[in-house]
Amino acid sequence: MLKKVNTFWFSIVLAFVFYGIIQLLISTAMLNPFYTNTLIFICINIILAVSLHLVIGITGQFSIGHAGFLALGAYISAIMTMKLGMPFSVALIAGGIVAALAGLVVGVPSLRLRGDYLAIATLGFAEIIRIIFLNIDYVGGAAGMQVTHATTWTTSFLCLILTIVVIANFTNSRHGRACISIRENEIAADAMGINTTYYKVAAFVIGSFFAGIAGGLYAHNFYIIQPVNFGFLKSFDILIFVVLGGLGSLSGAVVSAILLTIVSTFLQGLPETRMIIYSLVLVMVMLYRPQGLMGTREITDYFGKWGRVKGGNQYGG
Amino acid sequence: MEWLQQLFNGISLGSIYALIALGYTMVYGIIKLINFAHGEVFMIGSFTGFYAIAFWGLGFFPALILSMAVCAVFGVLIERIAYKRLRSSTRIAALITAIGVSLLIQYVVIYIRGAQPEAYPNVLPNRSFDIFGVQISSQSLLILLVSVVLMIILQFIVHRTKIGKAMRAVSFDPDAAKLMGINVNNTISATFAIGSALAGAAGVIFGVYYTKIEPLMGIIPGLKAFIAAVLGGIGIIPGAVIGGFVLGIVETVVSALGLSLWRDAAAFIILILILIFRPSGIFGKNSKEKV
Amino acid sequence: MLKVEEIDVYYGSIKALKGVSLNVNEGEIVTLIGANGAGKSTLLKTLSGLLKPKKGKIEYHNKSIAGKQAQTIVKAGISHVPEGRRVFANMTVEENLELGAYLRKDTKRIRVDFEKVFELFPRLFERKKQLSGTLSGGEQQMLAMGRALMAKPKLLLLDEPSMGLAPLLVKTIFNIIEEINRDGTTILLVEQNAHMALSIATRAYVIETGSVITSGTAEKLQASEEIRQAYLGGM
Repeated sequence: MLKKVNTFWFSIVLAFVFYGIIQLLISTAMLNPFYTNTLIFICINIILAVSLHLVIGITGQFSIGHAGFLALGAYISAIMTMKLGMPFSVALIAGGIVAALAGLVVGVPSLRLRGDYLAIATLGFAEIIRIIFLNIDYVGGAAGMQVTHATTWTTSFLCLILTIVVIANFTNSRHGRACISIRENEIAADAMGINTTYYKVAAFVIGSFFAGIAGGLYAHNFYIIQPVNFGFLKSFDILIFVVLGGLGSLSGAVVSAILLTIVSTFLQGLPETRMIIYSLVLVMVMLYRPQGLMGTREITDYFGKWGRVKGGNQYGG
Repeated sequence: MEWLQQLFNGISLGSIYALIALGYTMVYGIIKLINFAHGEVFMIGSFTGFYAIAFWGLGFFPALILSMAVCAVFGVLIERIAYKRLRSSTRIAALITAIGVSLLIQYVVIYIRGAQPEAYPNVLPNRSFDIFGVQISSQSLLILLVSVVLMIILQFIVHRTKIGKAMRAVSFDPDAAKLMGINVNNTISATFAIGSALAGAAGVIFGVYYTKIEPLMGIIPGLKAFIAAVLGGIGIIPGAVIGGFVLGIVETVVSALGLSLWRDAAAFIILILILIFRPSGIFGKNSKEKV
Repeated sequence: MLKVEEIDVYYGSIKALKGVSLNVNEGEIVTLIGANGAGKSTLLKTLSGLLKPKKGKIEYHNKSIAGKQAQTIVKAGISHVPEGRRVFANMTVEENLELGAYLRKDTKRIRVDFEKVFELFPRLFERKKQLSGTLSGGEQQMLAMGRALMAKPKLLLLDEPSMGLAPLLVKTIFNIIEEINRDGTTILLVEQNAHMALSIATRAYVIETGSVITSGTAEKLQASEEIRQAYLGGM
């Protein structure tokens, strides 16, 4: 137990050392804005991936509408800063909270729906959210909304660490094990006395909260947000991080979010090629390695350091 | 009279949804897969019809038949290449593959011919009739007629022919079907062929009716048709037809009320309501999930 | 006519049959008796091509059918009436019977066989336009057997035909099985109701936890003290 706590703090310290180095490079202008921006974008994508990982990978609730929560976070935080003159930090939290409330709204019907049907329902919710913003003149309708640039490396890194710490700890707690048991066999979990309703909704709420935070960072990094940024393709982008990394593996989601963000940054000028590669990779992975890059394992499993239960190892390990 | 007019427009739109929804419902019925790529089969059908009419000078009916044939082959190829391996994998893996295939087709088409839209040539004579104050064009009447005839043919195939009976047997109990000597793989392919041919027909009809087509045109009608299939009870063939018509009418009414920007939202709201309150659809029987 | 030699069959990673051997001669009624989970159904599924053996030989008329597709096996003349009937509940009685003749092209003879099946099971004739899901358990069993007969099998595999039926109905069903056999169809019958099964069988095999533990003529097994104790309720 003591060892586990030590590794935890060790990782935190390591993360901040990494942060410090990057921050130093940025302030001494050794990293140009392009790379800084890519790093911020990677942070945002990791937050999205990890938050969806909790819903799909851990709890097994198949949501393909994560962009809806991202959109809510983006718009709410933008309204807070641009229309109501609130500070950025307040705006971020407000975006997260509103997205979490939406997660509650989506989570409740999910109690009645499973598998494919749930997937389609979440897709429907995301589309409805998008269409609502499209129809509200207050936020600029289809033309979108101008947002000041406020997201920095520091804010995005802090949000990232917060997300990972909260979700990793949740997963390692008894709540996390309850969620995993729902993923593995909901009926059995129910029969064992696990309050499946509670945990499914909890997963949606926590996942949506962090997606909302990511939305705030996203909005204040791009100068403008438009409903078209939050369509089905965006949900799909997030989904592929989780699936490619391995459903049930947090570090897998992180690694694939980093890799794919870098790949798509380089393919920015060739959007079609990017989509062809993305979809081809997805189909190939599903056909030949449906468990993803890492399965339900974590990077730490390979080093034998940090616990074993994290993602609930299917292979009995 | 205004309402009667809207009702007719709604039925025309609904017949397109119904044709696409039939493919969704048949495929779901037989392999329990939401074939997301079905919207792309519809798009391929529309483009095939376009090229056949605009470049090879084919008439409406030859173009329709050609595009149905092309789509039938295309649908079977998708099934054989991508979905066949998924028979024993998880639902999530199957659904993700279907989404992947759908995107792959969209972007390969864009890669090959660009994303620019095409204007569908006018192949049908277009005269307007005035029936009880309702403006009905000969074109939309013909389109409606074609859709209905195709649905009747489908009903005949499913209920009266050997392959139709095999399809129903496989979707009810694949193992028992095998014991009858039914080749399950071929039956599944036949289902994809028929469903895809209907989507191809819907593509041509859509092109003629709405005159503008583009590579991403399959996404929204595809999703709507899926909603129609769920509305009618997924896996149930008459349900898909009724669901298509209902959805078409609801959408036209929402537009007619001056809420055209909310049209797409209406469809998704219907979807969510039906999923929550009656997930087995209008015609489905409620079944409890078994352990 | 059917020769099974030393087959091993797995259900996933569980070994369900271990080195099972048996043979069925033309014209016989052979029965497999054994407790729930002994592997009887697994054996029938392997014979009809729903499962594939990992090891061993299955020969039918001196040709190997081990691991062949179900349709090939039906075509060769083996029909399987599965456990729990598995009728197509969404179709009428008539359509179910038509599906039984799925591989046959001799339309005229199919008509004749329809009549034969209706003669054997008059109840099915009365209900031929009815959805088979609305039939009673006994009627569904008759339909499942009629459906298999429509393929004109030379060997009929019957899995638990008496399951869940009232005693009087069980008697009727067994009488019909004997009648089918008299008409020239060889029968391999799996039953938990060992008493009934042995009363009509020529020979029997006893299966326990995936292996054949004893076999012999029906009379011999009926007389055996051990078999009586274990399977015939000590009668």
